[in-house]
Amino acid sequence: MNLMNVVIFTSVFIMLAAAICAVIFKDLMASLIATMMVSLIVSVLFVFLQAPDVAMTEAAVGAGLTTAIFVIAIRKTSAKGGEEER
Amino acid sequence: MRKTLYGILLLLFFWYMMKFVNYLPKSPVLQGKGVSNYYLQNDKKDTAAANVVTAIVVNYRGFDTLGEVTVLFLAMTGLLAVLMGLKTERGKLTEASLILRAGTRLIIALIFAYGIYIFVHGHLTPGGGFPGGAVIATGIFLLYASFKDYSLNRTWSVILESFSGMGFVIVGFLGLLKGKSFLYNFLPKGTMGHLLSAGVIPVIYILIAFKVASELGALVSQMMEGEKE
Repeated sequence: MNLMNVVIFTSVFIMLAAAICAVIFKDLMASLIATMMVSLIVSVLFVFLQAPDVAMTEAAVGAGLTTAIFVIAIRKTSAKGGEEER
Repeated sequence: MRKTLYGILLLLFFWYMMKFVNYLPKSPVLQGKGVSNYYLQNDKKDTAAANVVTAIVVNYRGFDTLGEVTVLFLAMTGLLAVLMGLKTERGKLTEASLILRAGTRLIIALIFAYGIYIFVHGHLTPGGGFPGGAVIATGIFLLYASFKDYSLNRTWSVILESFSGMGFVIVGFLGLLKGKSFLYNFLPKGTMGHLLSAGVIPVIYILIAFKVASELGALVSQMMEGEKE
């Protein structure tokens, strides 16, 4: 049970917990942040599996751009009063 | 009742996945047969690209990448058609905080330089056109989020996107004219590890990066500020 195995098991466990939380949460923003955490930990695990191209693409697209576009979409389709305060 | 059924199906799926993992050491790919071993051994002779993933994506399976670029283009066109006529009141928003504005001024040049580095060195280091374009589009989103009156030049992004897409197909037709097949690698190969090597691979990746960056930038611009008059 060396250090690398402990790190991999811990990150997989956190990823599974975040994926379950993404389904259970009622607030859309919190569920979106849980999805972003799953994407982030998956991109780290891709580096452990020796696939740096996939890890870079997953980090740039999944944990960056997709989350940003979802944030814009959720803010635009929620209650109308939230547009004046940033 | 329905939840227990879902739980049983999930356990069955997990058991099937475990059986598949046990089969993996006996598969023919891990014993040296199969087309991926041919790519690994003959990459230096065929393309002289240091990054084998890039050589597979652009050279050996370049036609699939053309299909992927087409799918991206169709998705963006559909999305911009749905969001046409979107009205936002961007002038009413309050200014972003001082930390965000000052931090963006410090770091935005580094983000763009990193994105350009990723796609120019696509045949040498991990990465390529797709993550490079996505990093640049994320930088554009950071500019939109920090400064209230920033707006992307929509005309330039449309022009860049169309000409990059056309450039990819034109490079393929040039390969057809000079060599034997569509997307044939007709530029000189050079030595592996140098910037100007691997034939037509860096040219194609630069075109793909321009296309992806301008597409995603136009999408972010349309969502953040709606139609421009």
